[in-house]
Amino acid sequence: MENHFEAGLDALKQKLLTMASHAETAVNQSVQALVQRDLDLAERVRRDDRVIDQLEVEIDDLVIQLLTKAPLATNLRLVTVAMKISQNLERIGDEATKIAKRARDLAQEPPIKINLELPRMAGIALEMLKSSLDAFVNRDPAAARAIIPRDKEVDALNKQIHNVLVQHMVENPDTIARCLHWMVASKSLERIADHATNIAEDVVYLWEAQDIRHTGAKGAGAPVPNS
Amino acid sequence: MSTAANNPNTALTVRNLAVYFGANKVLKDVSIDVAARAVTAIIGPSGCGKSTFLRALNRMHELNPEARMEGEIKLFGDDIYSRNVEPVVVRRRVGMVFQKSNPFPTMSITENVTVGLRLNGVREKKILNERTEQSLRMAALWDEVKDRLHAPAISLSGGQQQRLCIARALAVQPEVLLMDEPASALDPLATQKIEDLILQLKRDYTIVIVTHNMQQAARVSDFTAFFYLGELVEFDATAKIFTSPSKKQTEDYVTGRFG
Repeated sequence: MENHFEAGLDALKQKLLTMASHAETAVNQSVQALVQRDLDLAERVRRDDRVIDQLEVEIDDLVIQLLTKAPLATNLRLVTVAMKISQNLERIGDEATKIAKRARDLAQEPPIKINLELPRMAGIALEMLKSSLDAFVNRDPAAARAIIPRDKEVDALNKQIHNVLVQHMVENPDTIARCLHWMVASKSLERIADHATNIAEDVVYLWEAQDIRHTGAKGAGAPVPNS
Repeated sequence: MSTAANNPNTALTVRNLAVYFGANKVLKDVSIDVAARAVTAIIGPSGCGKSTFLRALNRMHELNPEARMEGEIKLFGDDIYSRNVEPVVVRRRVGMVFQKSNPFPTMSITENVTVGLRLNGVREKKILNERTEQSLRMAALWDEVKDRLHAPAISLSGGQQQRLCIARALAVQPEVLLMDEPASALDPLATQKIEDLILQLKRDYTIVIVTHNMQQAARVSDFTAFFYLGELVEFDATAKIFTSPSKKQTEDYVTGRFG
């Protein structure tokens, strides 16, 4: 016989994955718009953010309906974690929109001649996001733990980009406005990696019932990737 | 309120229902439309009139000689209190399952399921056998008892006995199934089976369930009615009642401030 509560949980998971896929696309396209100076793509990212916002509202509604049914243990963690993941995805959508806005502004100015590691940073952030959601779907807390140390790589890249841009601004004051756009975009990618880390921590809590936030035990048991 | 007497989406139309036991008015001016092929939950503190309301829906309260009703109840447009309608006929169309499972202790599993049919004069073995299997399947009990259909009903576990009572109610092919706290005496696993069963049954039946367990009401029902001191305080979609009820009394009850 079909378990009615499981059906509700499946609907929740499905909606969350839909939202995740929109968030991933938004990040991907915003970086593409930035690097390729694509105004239309930047505009599309901004427009599509409404879909992510709407999904957050729908997920909240579904979570509240499920909570009235008094889920317990894993089900309880799943429902509450879903709400937190959706909030992080919504913020990721907002950061992608910020990048898209900077992409739009930068595309209307002459390009600055500077080599930034931003695409690499975006690659890591996106991979973190994708892996954290895979860990959610595959019930794989070990994979979730392995994501967490990668946040440091992204932080380091952001710092490096920041320093390169500061140096460039000192030497080329006429590029300050454009450099600031790049700086904001880099910061947004750094935040996206933070949100992906939050999701990974939530996935560990979901499948291991262990709260690893603020404990210094982040990513324990997971190898730090070489890069 | 819209008149839904002939609306096929409305199974029961209750208008200005009042029930008295002697001089005591235990239900006051209740009007409600019970949706067909849906689950309607009745909640409220003890003594609020919810069981009386349930019993009025199949004239069960008339078994108490002190009881008397006012108002109107229509079942798919038919006035169930009309002078020319026999209570027995109403109870065949509106079945009931009680809090405590009450299989006939001296009868076998099969005999329990078919007792209503046999009382209605059905003798043909083929029909009785078919209906036994069909009812037990609908009550999600068939697989557990198919090898011992002639064993005494009381050899079953509490949860199985309750599903047997549901099968017995279904055997006479009612249109509405009333359930008075059907899972309150059961453990969590047996409770879950009953709840899953309720959700299966609503595809074919209209179900009205009285429950003290609000999470259960949230899990199984589409609509919820909150009764207090014999009055219908609020009636709305279950999701609304348990997340943002309109009346303060409902809010106080569902958050456990009284009752």
